[in-house]
Amino acid sequence: MSTTATPHSIVAEGLTKRFGDFVAVDAVSFHVNKGEIFGFLGANGAGKTTAIRMLCGLSIPTSGKGTVAGFDVYTQTERIKRNIGYMSQKFSLYEDLSVTENIEFFAGIYGLSRDRIRTKREELIAKLGLVQEADKLVGALPLGWKQKLAFSVAVFHQPQIVFLDEPTGGVDPVTRRQFWDLIYEAADVGITVFVTTHYLDEAEYCDRVSIMVDGRIAALDTPTELKKQFGTGTMDSVFYELARGAKRGGA
Amino acid sequence: MATQGKKKRSAHLSHLLSFVRKEFRHMLRDRKTLLILFGMPVVQVLLFGFVLSNEVKETRIIVVDQAKDAVSQALIEKIEASSYFTVLTDSLPPTGITDAFRSGRIKAALVLPVDLQRDLLHDGRNTVQILTDATDINLAQTIEGYLTAIITDFSLADGMAAPYVIAPETRMLYNPELRGAPNFVPGVMAMVLLLVCVMMTAVAIVREKETGTMEVLLVSPMRPVMVILAKAIPYLILSFINLLAILLLSTTALDLPIKGCLPLLLAESTLFITTCLTLGILISIVTASQQTAMFIALIGLLLPTMMLSGFMFPIENMPMALQALAYATPSRWYYVIVKDIMIKGAGISALWQETAVLAGMTLLLFALCLKMFNIRLDER
Amino acid sequence: MELAIEATDLSKWYGKEKTLAVDHVSLAVKPGELFGLIGPDGAGKTSIFRMLTTLLLPNTGTARVNGFDVVKDYVEIRDRVGYMPGRFSLYQDLTVEENLSFFATVFNTTIEENHHLIKDIYVQLEPFKKRYAGKLSGGMKQKLALCCALIHRPEVLFLDEPTTGVDPVSRKDFWEMLARLKEHGITILVATPYMDEATRCDRIALIQEGRILQVDTPAAITAAYPDRLFQVKGGSMSATLRALNKLDGIIRCYGSGEFAHVAVPATATDMEQRIKDHLLAQGLTDVVVRPAIPTIEDVFIKFTQEKKA
Repeated sequence: MSTTATPHSIVAEGLTKRFGDFVAVDAVSFHVNKGEIFGFLGANGAGKTTAIRMLCGLSIPTSGKGTVAGFDVYTQTERIKRNIGYMSQKFSLYEDLSVTENIEFFAGIYGLSRDRIRTKREELIAKLGLVQEADKLVGALPLGWKQKLAFSVAVFHQPQIVFLDEPTGGVDPVTRRQFWDLIYEAADVGITVFVTTHYLDEAEYCDRVSIMVDGRIAALDTPTELKKQFGTGTMDSVFYELARGAKRGGA
Repeated sequence: MATQGKKKRSAHLSHLLSFVRKEFRHMLRDRKTLLILFGMPVVQVLLFGFVLSNEVKETRIIVVDQAKDAVSQALIEKIEASSYFTVLTDSLPPTGITDAFRSGRIKAALVLPVDLQRDLLHDGRNTVQILTDATDINLAQTIEGYLTAIITDFSLADGMAAPYVIAPETRMLYNPELRGAPNFVPGVMAMVLLLVCVMMTAVAIVREKETGTMEVLLVSPMRPVMVILAKAIPYLILSFINLLAILLLSTTALDLPIKGCLPLLLAESTLFITTCLTLGILISIVTASQQTAMFIALIGLLLPTMMLSGFMFPIENMPMALQALAYATPSRWYYVIVKDIMIKGAGISALWQETAVLAGMTLLLFALCLKMFNIRLDER
Repeated sequence: MELAIEATDLSKWYGKEKTLAVDHVSLAVKPGELFGLIGPDGAGKTSIFRMLTTLLLPNTGTARVNGFDVVKDYVEIRDRVGYMPGRFSLYQDLTVEENLSFFATVFNTTIEENHHLIKDIYVQLEPFKKRYAGKLSGGMKQKLALCCALIHRPEVLFLDEPTTGVDPVSRKDFWEMLARLKEHGITILVATPYMDEATRCDRIALIQEGRILQVDTPAAITAAYPDRLFQVKGGSMSATLRALNKLDGIIRCYGSGEFAHVAVPATATDMEQRIKDHLLAQGLTDVVVRPAIPTIEDVFIKFTQEKKA
C-alpha cells in the first residue's frame, strides 16, 4: 500500500493525554491507511480507551498532533464525529427498540434521507438474514446477531472510518467469523477499520497491528513481521512478550 | 452446644458490625449525598422559619385614628409594642388609604371610629375596621388574625371594665401569639426525617442489587435480617443527629422552647425514624432499580405525607377516604406526638395511643421486610 | 466417592414465553476437579451457575453441591461455597483492603486465617490496597474479586466468566492462579466464552443454547474430532477462503488465526494434495497445506455447523 497515493485515514504525531500526573497516552505516533484493518491491542489500562476517545473527538489531547478522516482532533471534533462510525461491546443498540427502529434511528442521526434509509434498511435486513426478526426487539436477539447488526448500523452511513471496541467479546466462534466477514466487506469498499480485541487469533486477521504498553506503542507492524521480529510463531507470544513488561497493572 | 450458640451469636454480631462499618463508609464517601442529608434539615427549618413563614414581622400598618382619645392611644401603643407591626404615623384621610395600599407602602390599615371611647362606655361595644391587602391571601388572613388577637387581648386586659367588654369567642390556644414556628417545626421534623430515612434506605439495598454485590451476599452466611439491620443502623444514627440539629435550631434560631420532656421527644422521634427506615427498606426490597425506588419514595410517599400529615391541611376537613389514608400515614401520628410534646408539654400518658400505632406500624413493616426479602434472584 | 457437584436434568426458563435458558442439563464434577463450562454468551452458563449457587430455583431437575440439595439445603450451601458473579461484584467506593476485610467478616473469617490461600494473588494487589476498587484495572478487579470469593476457603468455588473483558496477559495469570488453588483441594467450576482456555481445565462441558454438547477431558474431546483437519495458507485469508469454498469434498473451512482450517472426511486420504493443487490452480501463491491438530474451537465450530445443517 503506497502511502503517497492513499491519504492516511488517521494520523497521530506525539499524541499525549495527561490526567494530572498520570500520562495515560504518552506521545503516541502512528498512521492508519485508508481501507486498512488496523488492530489496536494492549493490556487493560495500557491507554487504549483514552487513545480511542481522542481519535473519536470525545476527548481533547493534552499535546501532540492528530487528524482523523482529515479533520483535526482539537478543532474539528464535530466533523470527525460525522465521518466515523463507532461500536463498542457495552453500548451499541437500543434493546427496547426493534431491529428496524434501531436502523432508522441511527441512520437518522447521520442525516440520511428517508427514502435512502428505507431502501438500504431492507437491503441490510435481508443481508443479515433478519427478515423474520425485523420487528422484534433487539433485546430478544442472540448476542452474535446483535453484534453483527450493531456493526452494520455503525457503517450504515458509510463513514470513512469505523472504530470497533472489543466487538466480538463473548460471541461464539462461528458468529465471530461471520462478524469478521462483515469487517472484510467494509474494508473492501474502502472503510478503514480500527479494532480492539482480546482474541489474539483475531489480531492475525488485521492488516497491521499495534500493541500498546504503558501508554506507548510498543510494536506496530503486520502480524507476519511482528512474529518474525519476536522470533515466535503466534501473536499470543508476541503479546505476552510485550505486555509482560508492563508496569501499569493496577492503573 | 452452649458455646457453639455463643460463638454463633458473636459471629452474628461481628457480621453486623462490619456491615454497619461498610455502610458508614458508603455514606461518608458519597459527599454530595451527605451534604444534602445534613444540609436539608437546616435549610428546611430556616426556610420555613424566616422566608416562607406565614408569620408577620414589622408589617407596615396605618392606623386612621378618628377618635384620638385615651382608648385609641392605648390601642395604638399596644400595636406598636408588638414586633409584628410598624405603625406609620401619617395622619391620612380615609380616602388616602387606597393610594397607600396601591403603592405598597402599607399592608394593612386600622380605622378607629370617632367615638371609640364613648361608644364603648355607653353601649358596651365598638366597631373598628381592619383593611388588609388580600392579594396575598395568607398574609392578609394572618394580619387580620394578629390584629384581632391584639385588639381582643387589649380589650380583655387593658383596663376596660368588665361590663363593657365583648370578647370574641375565638381564642388561640397554646400559641396565643400566633407564631408560625410551633406549627411548622413539628411538620418539618416529620417531613425531613421521613425524607432522609425513606429516600436513603430506599436505595440502600436496591443499589447492591444493581451492582451485583447482592448476589455475593446472598451466596454467603449473611442472613436477610442482618442485611436489613445493617442498612438501617447508619441512617438511624444519621437521622438522630439530624433530629438534634433541628431541635437545636428551633430552640435557638427560632426561639421555640420544648415544653414537654426532651427524653420522651427523643424516644418518640427514634421510634418514628425506625418506622421510616423500615418503610424505606421495604421499598428497597420490592424494587429492582434505584430509579424506581426513588420514584416510589418521592411520589408515592413524600407528597401524600406532606398533604396528609395534618401539617399543611387539617385532616378534619378532608373527605372520608383521604382521612382514612391519613390514619395510615406514620407522619400523621408523629406530627401529633411532636406537637403535643413540644407545644402542649404532654406526657406519655396522653400519647400512648399514637405511640402504640407507630410501634405497631413499625413491627408490621419489619415483618413485611423479612417476608418480602428475596433470598433468590427469581422474580416473584 | 461423593460428587462435589451433581446436577440432574436441570432446566430453567424465563418470562411469560418460557424462554428456555437451560435445557435438561446433567453434570457431575468430582471433588478437587477444575471443571470448565465452555460456551458463548447466552449459552445458559450463568443460569446454571445461579441454580447451583442457590440463587435461582430450577424449573426441572435437581442438583446437589457437596451433597446438599440446592433447593432444600440452600443455607448449608451458602455457608460453604465461594461465588464470583459474571461482573466483578465489588464495592467500588471501598478500598481493596476494605472490600477484602468486609467479605472476610461476612464469611466469619479474617484475612489472616486463610492468607496462605490468597497470598499469591494478594501480593499483586498489596501495592494498591488503599485504592478504591472502582479505580482498579479490569485485571486487578478480577484478582480482588477472586480473593474475596476465596477468603473463607470455600469447598467449592464458582467462577462465572472471570476472564471476560480481561486482557490476554491477565487471563493467563488468572488461570495459573486457578491451577495453584487446585492444589489446595478446592473444587472449581469455571465458565468461560474463550475456547482457548478450555485446555486449562481437567474436564470441560461444551455448552450452547442451553444444552450440553459434550463432556470430557479437553484432550479426549479434541482426540474424538471425527474429521481430518488441515491448516491452509495462500495469500490473504479472504482469497484463500473464497478459493476453498469452490472445492468439492470439503466439510467446512474457516479462518483460524494465521491459517484457514479445512475439515475433510476422515476417509479421504488424498485431500492434502488436492487442496494444494486447487489453490494453485485458483492462482494463489505461497500455498501451504499441512495437517492440523484440532482445538476445542474446531470442535465447537463442528457442533455449531452440524446443528445448523
